[in-house]
Amino acid sequence: MIQIRGLSKSFDGVPVLRGVDLDVPEGEVTCIIGRSGSGKSVLLRHVIGLVRPDAGRVVIDGAPLDELTYSELRRVRRRFGVLFQGGALFDSMSARENVEFPLRTFTDLTRDQVRQRADECLALVELPDAGAKKPAELSGGQQKRVALARAIAVEPKYILYDEPTSGLDPETSNTIDELIERLGATMGTTSVVVTHDMHSVLSIADRIAFVHDGTIPWTGTVADLHQATDPTLLAFVRANEYKIGTPSQTA
Amino acid sequence: METTPDIDPSLGARVRAGFAPLWRVPAGLLEGFGAYCLLLAGAFNLPRDLSPRLYARNLAEQMVQVGIDSIPIVSLATAFSGGVVVVQAIYQLENPLLPVTIVGTFAEQSILLELGTLVTAFVLCGRVGARIAAELGTMRVKEQIDALEAMGLNSRSYLVVPRVVAGVLMFPMLYVVAASVGMAVGGVVAELSGALTVQTFWEGARLFFRPYDVFFGLVKSLVFGFVITSIACYTGYRAEGGAEGVGQATTRAAVLGCVWVLFADYLCAAILL
Repeated sequence: MIQIRGLSKSFDGVPVLRGVDLDVPEGEVTCIIGRSGSGKSVLLRHVIGLVRPDAGRVVIDGAPLDELTYSELRRVRRRFGVLFQGGALFDSMSARENVEFPLRTFTDLTRDQVRQRADECLALVELPDAGAKKPAELSGGQQKRVALARAIAVEPKYILYDEPTSGLDPETSNTIDELIERLGATMGTTSVVVTHDMHSVLSIADRIAFVHDGTIPWTGTVADLHQATDPTLLAFVRANEYKIGTPSQTA
Repeated sequence: METTPDIDPSLGARVRAGFAPLWRVPAGLLEGFGAYCLLLAGAFNLPRDLSPRLYARNLAEQMVQVGIDSIPIVSLATAFSGGVVVVQAIYQLENPLLPVTIVGTFAEQSILLELGTLVTAFVLCGRVGARIAAELGTMRVKEQIDALEAMGLNSRSYLVVPRVVAGVLMFPMLYVVAASVGMAVGGVVAELSGALTVQTFWEGARLFFRPYDVFFGLVKSLVFGFVITSIACYTGYRAEGGAEGVGQATTRAAVLGCVWVLFADYLCAAILL
């Protein structure tokens, strides 16, 4: 379980997070929504210790990240798969090599097993023929899907998604959403999805956390969202052209 | 009634701000040196939970890129240096009382002790240092280093160690290539000049040859290899701010590399000669 307690962070004196509290239950999809610049991605980076908080702590499966040594932190990170906003594929490797990289590095699989698993993951993201291509030869959306294949390759316990559907066409976005749901259902993967795509949120979220101005003023389920009265949340959701009470229906 | 002294409350801040430029530069240099040391310490504290094969594969790639791929440009640079040394030696040593063999001696001393290492180092500051800084800087701004960290890898070890070790191992090899090419071209230029034969040139080169000169050149090239690659890794690893940041990191790698090579050159001469 991921527990975030009193997390605060400032950059150059500008507060980005102000005492954020959040619990991410195991096996569920938690969507973190909010406007651009509200601190969603910074919050996500705190979860795997890529950013040190000014105050507060992140606890992963009972282990507070701030009390871990660097090698312990690296071991905790291996329970995670991370899909970065830009994909963060390694330019020098082909798509297949990118997917194979964590398998070769952290598992004892044979070369054939690594290759087979990489092909499986590429097929899951509907890019079975992209293995030989370098990231520069792929479109932005394809890069993101290869990055997702890399993130799920080692079957991590947690997967963090930073804007997984931004820049993707609606059909591919649906594929990614289905994949996120399927990973939770079949493997019990816990997913944290940072997004402002309300279509995705309404179709995949078990829980929603709304980040506003460095705080989380509202958390709840999709059903709770339809009863929400928080004016900033309502303004955000309505700005996405969704009407509370009629989920998955555009205005 | 008690009165408070009429002191401008912002005076202290203004004084501190006035003196700030005086300490900002040394403080920045100190901070940079500390960060450089921490990066190397963190990098060479190799994780024991990962297979050495991971580093070996990366090291082999870097040895090719740093060493083998640099042979043509290093050969070209030192070929011209060797030729120029011989031409200048012939020009300056026109005194009939001096034996022409001294041209070979002069070339051998210049190339083995200084030019073979320094010209190679300057060429590699541009070729290797800039490439490493640009590569790591791009990885930094495109979140690829974060991706390595997020996977549970020690990105410093994975990225810095193979590049620095490749530099330390391959620069001495490049020095041997550079010195050999420089001397060979020097001999050819001597022959073509008509002032002395190639045999006389090599006779002069052997006359005052000391194996210690080669040892000195090898040690210097090893030090230069470490300086150039480690500085490039440092500037690239700390790049920030997109394409502009990568450009700055690349420039700093080349400039700082050259400056610290000169400093290391002096230190090596002062200590070893």
